[in-house]
Amino acid sequence: MTGAATGGAVLILGARSDIARACAQRFAQGGHPVMLAARDAATLAPDATDIGLRHGVTVTCHDFDALDPEGFAAFLDALPVLPEIAVCAVGLMGTQDQNQRDPAAAIRVLRSNFEGPAILLAELAERFEARGSGTLIGISSVAGERGRASNYVYGAAKAGFTAYLSGLRNRFARGPVRVITVLPGFVATRMTEGMDLPPRLTAQPEEVAEAIFQATRRGRDVVWVRPVWRLIMAIIRALPEGIFKKTRL
Amino acid sequence: MTQLSGWGRYPRIDCALSAPRDADALARALARGPAIARGMGRAYGDSALNAANTVSMGHFNRFLAFDPATGTLEVEAGVTLAEVIAAFLPRGWFPQVTPGTKFVSLGGAIAADVHGKNHHGAGSFGAALDWIDVMGADGTVTRASHDTHSDLFHWTLGSMGLTGVILRAGLRLQPVESGWIAQTTLPAPSLSAAIDAFEGNLDAPYSVAWIDCTARGPALGRSLVMLGRHAGVEDLPPAARRAPFDVPRRRARSLPVDLPAFALNPLTLRAFNAAYWWAGNRKAGAALVDWDRYFYPLDAVAGWNRLYGRRGFLQFQCVLPLPAAAAGLDALLRAIAARGAGSFLAVLKRFGAQDSRLSFPMEGYTLALDFPHNRESLTLMDRLDRITADHGGRFYLAKDARLDAATLHATDPRWSDFAQMRQKTGLAEAFASAQSQRLAL
Repeated sequence: MTGAATGGAVLILGARSDIARACAQRFAQGGHPVMLAARDAATLAPDATDIGLRHGVTVTCHDFDALDPEGFAAFLDALPVLPEIAVCAVGLMGTQDQNQRDPAAAIRVLRSNFEGPAILLAELAERFEARGSGTLIGISSVAGERGRASNYVYGAAKAGFTAYLSGLRNRFARGPVRVITVLPGFVATRMTEGMDLPPRLTAQPEEVAEAIFQATRRGRDVVWVRPVWRLIMAIIRALPEGIFKKTRL
Repeated sequence: MTQLSGWGRYPRIDCALSAPRDADALARALARGPAIARGMGRAYGDSALNAANTVSMGHFNRFLAFDPATGTLEVEAGVTLAEVIAAFLPRGWFPQVTPGTKFVSLGGAIAADVHGKNHHGAGSFGAALDWIDVMGADGTVTRASHDTHSDLFHWTLGSMGLTGVILRAGLRLQPVESGWIAQTTLPAPSLSAAIDAFEGNLDAPYSVAWIDCTARGPALGRSLVMLGRHAGVEDLPPAARRAPFDVPRRRARSLPVDLPAFALNPLTLRAFNAAYWWAGNRKAGAALVDWDRYFYPLDAVAGWNRLYGRRGFLQFQCVLPLPAAAAGLDALLRAIAARGAGSFLAVLKRFGAQDSRLSFPMEGYTLALDFPHNRESLTLMDRLDRITADHGGRFYLAKDARLDAATLHATDPRWSDFAQMRQKTGLAEAFASAQSQRLAL
């Protein structure tokens, strides 16, 4: 209840993911009304109730399908208000094994991580520009920093999304739209459950949410949730291709 | 396999740990054989450890409903008291009963039927419950209360998770006017003075004593008895009245490393306890203390359980019935002081009457203190067990890691009834912990 209704509305896209849920809690704690958007919005009701009870803010649920770009305009029109902040946590990893063999699986991964998020943020950017304010937050991935054999389909889609966010930020460098790219590194979520992740490199969803929340307050462009990832990816990017292609990362 | 332990860090057991995200996944986990639910891991010993099937309730952490007319909050069992306070103290509500840490799950608080500094008036945690939802081994969920399925309700309070998995609860909160506690500190130079201070202040909503368990001779049992009540707005200094729920934020400190075993020895213990006693004497009288410092002084040091080093520590907590309490406490304190053992923070508390099937409290006095985990402590605790038994006392399973089955059943026959019930109903094959196996429950 602290600071209720002190912030602009926040739209959480892909609201069922653990990072999205943590973001919704964090912004609600900061007094922002929250709009949760995902497929099958009725199943978001328990989360909406929880957030509302904990933080005393208004929480609404909205049907949203990242694979239906034709529906994006109508989706945004139907929201109670145009949000002040939009967090895009839409994503689908699949398994590399399936993604490299099955075109349908690869297409779904490419569309979920790149096409849908990019087109939706583009739509929001137009509306934010028209209004004269707004913050777009795209949760991309360190996997997009360099294509690796172990997950290049997902990585390529995230690389596209990262480039798109960079372009939007460049376009709006003089305002009025702010664009933040988030590169979380490993995160302990449903997506990574059962994987053997190194604890020092693995953030909790709440940590990602806190980093994102602080970035909106401090005006950051790119958020590395755990700074060590910035170093790791700098090294991986710097490897000459002749060496890199022989690595197994 | 994940190595798990309770808060005392002894024993540590490799456990097959799962963390289901919904009721279906939880039911599937229970179908895999005898299971125990685990919340925040704040029971001290092996209550929430099962090598074959430990089920984390961390994902069951939603607030479900709140009725401001009655103060009734419906929550899932993985929600912590810290989260309840963060959400509802700013709206003027506080838990009716809270243990000495806010980092407990509601499920754990119910399973242990924890008590707080107001037990003599408010009873144990169960007294604030309207109902609980419990999942059985077959995945069916039963809503139990004083009126419906009351057997399940009363067996579950204090049963350490051995009647099923607590899923949800309806919890009554108490209205408060501020986030402050009006505290009065009464130095008591001896055990009998401490008991007199408790008996003379039964109308104080909260009371607890820090007791110097290293003091000997005439100073045996010297204590700082701390009384408290929720401060009203008129108790606050004018500057604080406008925002009565805002209290200064505590700097989070943490103990980053295990202390070596020699850091705690009779000398440092005596020095610390003496300093604490004299500091307490200087602060005697009335003061305003914020809720966090008053109820949860140890929460300020994250990982304080590392104070005792890698081998962990053991907690001893017993309750003695009122008529035998003075003699029993005297015998316990003599045994502890004679060994030069004892801990930084030993706690003495007056319990009120308690009518429940398995819960730990009874009308009398409870003594709680911790010891480093080593051979001497184990020997001393066996001796303390016998003194407790000789004075008609009993033990708190939320703290226990080493009691033997014979002592438990001899001092508290309720557990034998419970074990029989579990055999008859099949619960024994469905829910088990390292503790239930050790104690033949």
